[in-house]
Amino acid sequence: MNYKMMSRFIGQMLLIEAAFMLPALLISVLDGDENAVYGFLAATAITTAVGGMLLIFGKNAKYNFYAKEGLLCVGISWIAFGILGSLPFVFSKEIPSFIDALFETISGFTTTGASILSEVESLSRGILYWRSFTHWLGGMGVLVFLLAIVPGREGKSGFTMHLLRAESPGPNVGKLVPKMRHTARILYIIYIVLTVLDILLLLLGKMPLFDAICTGFGTAGTGGFGIKNDSIAGYSPYIQNVCTVFMILFGVNFNCYYLILLKQIKNVFKDEEFRFYIIMVLVSIMLISWNIRGLYGSWGETVRYAAFQVGSLVSSTGFATANFDEWPGFSKSLLLFLMFVGASAGSTGGGFKCGRTVLLIKNFHRGLMKELRPQQVQVVRMNGNKVDEKILQTANVYLIAYVLIYLVSFLLISIDGHSITTNVTAVLACLNNIGPGLDLVGPSGNYACFGVLSKLVLIFDMLAGRLEIFPMLILFSRATWKKG
Amino acid sequence: MKIIIAGDGKVGSTVARQLAHEGYDLTLIDINPKVLGNSVERFDIMTVQGNCASMGVLIEAGIKEASLLIAVTSYDEVNLLACMTAKGINNKIHTIARIRNPEYTNQIYDMKDLFGLSLAVNPEKHAAVEMDRLLKVPGFLKRETFAKGRVEIVELRVDKNSKLCNKPLADIYGIVKSNILVCAVSRSGESYIPDGKFILKEDDRIFVTATTQNLSTLLNNLDIVTHKVKNVMICGGGRLAYYLAVRLLKSGVSVVIIESDAKRCEELAEILPDAVIINGDASEEHLLESEGIENCDAVVTLTGLDELNIIISIYSKSRGIPHVITKFGHFTNNNILNTIDIGSTISPSELCCNNILRYVRALHNKTGAAISVHSIADGHAEASEFRADEKTLNCGVPLKDIKLKPNILIACITHGSEPEIPNGNSLFQVGDTVLVVTNSDRVIYQLNDIFE
Repeated sequence: MNYKMMSRFIGQMLLIEAAFMLPALLISVLDGDENAVYGFLAATAITTAVGGMLLIFGKNAKYNFYAKEGLLCVGISWIAFGILGSLPFVFSKEIPSFIDALFETISGFTTTGASILSEVESLSRGILYWRSFTHWLGGMGVLVFLLAIVPGREGKSGFTMHLLRAESPGPNVGKLVPKMRHTARILYIIYIVLTVLDILLLLLGKMPLFDAICTGFGTAGTGGFGIKNDSIAGYSPYIQNVCTVFMILFGVNFNCYYLILLKQIKNVFKDEEFRFYIIMVLVSIMLISWNIRGLYGSWGETVRYAAFQVGSLVSSTGFATANFDEWPGFSKSLLLFLMFVGASAGSTGGGFKCGRTVLLIKNFHRGLMKELRPQQVQVVRMNGNKVDEKILQTANVYLIAYVLIYLVSFLLISIDGHSITTNVTAVLACLNNIGPGLDLVGPSGNYACFGVLSKLVLIFDMLAGRLEIFPMLILFSRATWKKG
Repeated sequence: MKIIIAGDGKVGSTVARQLAHEGYDLTLIDINPKVLGNSVERFDIMTVQGNCASMGVLIEAGIKEASLLIAVTSYDEVNLLACMTAKGINNKIHTIARIRNPEYTNQIYDMKDLFGLSLAVNPEKHAAVEMDRLLKVPGFLKRETFAKGRVEIVELRVDKNSKLCNKPLADIYGIVKSNILVCAVSRSGESYIPDGKFILKEDDRIFVTATTQNLSTLLNNLDIVTHKVKNVMICGGGRLAYYLAVRLLKSGVSVVIIESDAKRCEELAEILPDAVIINGDASEEHLLESEGIENCDAVVTLTGLDELNIIISIYSKSRGIPHVITKFGHFTNNNILNTIDIGSTISPSELCCNNILRYVRALHNKTGAAISVHSIADGHAEASEFRADEKTLNCGVPLKDIKLKPNILIACITHGSEPEIPNGNSLFQVGDTVLVVTNSDRVIYQLNDIFE
């Protein structure tokens, strides 16, 4: 195994992380908050030192880098990222317990938005900024960022495909343009432009600048850390609507935006995943509005609350404007369904992914037809093209891995003795990178009630969900570390 | 620059590897998703699955913005159609097609005009030309010509008994008593651009620059006995064998071709009336002996199986055949084979790749582009020839005063028609051509790239 190259990659990533801590440090300095300044200084220093050491170790690395190294590199770097990213919380004593800080940071980077804090308004602004920024960075992926800015040796970077594939959500990852660096750049440019647009529109709604930036980061990464105790509920209807629209937009496959840039809008609407996603969102909003009619004043208000909650959960963001835990059973079940399916592949959102769901439904349909006419030969099509059997098989394996992890996690966190609803939705919310579930972990609750073991399990789930399960499973597989 | 390669076979992937290495935007088209999957893991490229001659697929691959289409599928007709279609969609595109069928090769110049082809490549024919040249002056493993044939870079193997073994390079010029320059050394898979202190070891392969007149002196002084080739045995009767046989027969060499397929034998007998065609299995010792292998001056192994070629070559060497040429289809980096003496090796796909590369470089950099590019030492080093023009730096400065980037060597300067193997006092003027050797870490697009 090529430890040197992996070490070099992880070292580079940690240096980037250290650089991204600086704005938070600046905010803390401006606010004159001594604890936070100390926290960020120490964290930046340690992260730089660790990154530098890994970089030195990785000097003269050879370029033989294969699928195994790619998957491992992604898994390890995300864990390292989480651990070092949690240092500001610990050193500033805002979240003194390391496990809690780690949970909060991983929740941030994986864009889950599950918090162990019951009260966030007392946190300093530097810490709040860092907490929201982890969403933004984790949303598109740190390795993708690395690929976009670090000049690789031309031509020797075919292996970067392994990295992109491991970090980008979805069953079938492809490049937009021939060069990996350009692909990564295009993705980040789309991401930045959409984020800035979101922040500008929020500012137009008279949201304070700091709030707008943090909310923008949370929306763009489909994370969901709010900076207010009541999430977005306290803001004006206009701001809530802007959030709704952008949450749904960030759940769309970024390839669609690239197609729009290429002026191929027709192809966007022909995309089966896009159609599935939009129709699912619209139908859900209608059904839930009908179901919760009468709970709120006017129809307009009802639709606004329904749309916000649907957008928030389907894109796996996890902001809330209403306590949907108190909604009727049908609405709650529908929201659970949306949480499971999740956003589109190639977006910043989590979940099982619309594309994969469509693929599995089609594959299921084919299997059923095969029972009827055993001799019939059928191919599964997506957007008119034949889907490779290998992709279908991987999607099936993914489903099995997903269900197994779900069940085992559910069993493990049940030891803490909370209700079944709490446990089922906690695992669902973490594995799908959503944030809030129902009952104790509902929009008004938090994850502080779980024990250390449960928190570790949920941290694993969040990472597994964000990295599409396989990198995390491979990290803990004995076959990976065996020599020869 | 955006380049589309149609066909992800031997040649396609060799070209893709090299061009991706040089930083072009590459899109690969092939009908087989499996080979595309392989390529996308290894190189930084994009792939499109489908028939490369269809408009939809070409457009999906971005033919409208591309500057060059390289069609190297296994079918000549598909390659031609793909190039014609591309030209129809994008009038400004340059096209390169691989044409292998002898029936088309004869009309290649007419077709280039008719279909707007920029370049037609024929790996087998190139290989045949190379082999023919090697057989004309036997003794070298490889020959590359520069400066319109006046200068060559030849490859020699340092044997245990060689006069050169364990000598520093500074001393060998006294031994060979002619004006030559060792410009690259290949040792166990690595290539070195040597200086005077470099000591040659057994099994090194050295690349020597010399003027064409000096080649025979070089061989004489190294005690390498050369026979004039009169009888050649060719194992395997594919297209390459045909092209080679035609050239050899023309210069009065007698040719025996051994081919296992009876039908192909009949075809060969029809188109090559002067050659002796034997229908049999070339891996059979008995057959080789009965066809008089010991009387041959040279054995050329051209079957479709690399392993078989290697075995026949080893056998021929053991029977004392002075000159053996082995064709490789699949092995590209034959590091493992360097320790076995199997004579010269030639890979048609690599030759073809060099040819395409030369075109791409010229296209990339219209002014000051390399006149010719040859990859040597299994692709670990590169020799390129440039013409010094008004923009070239350091004209008229003695070489000892010029600071070159590391691992770069000026191997030859041609003043008008006078080639000179340079020393520290040599200098080049505007209009001279300069031959530069470098290891492949760095790509040299124009002459000024070599200066610090």
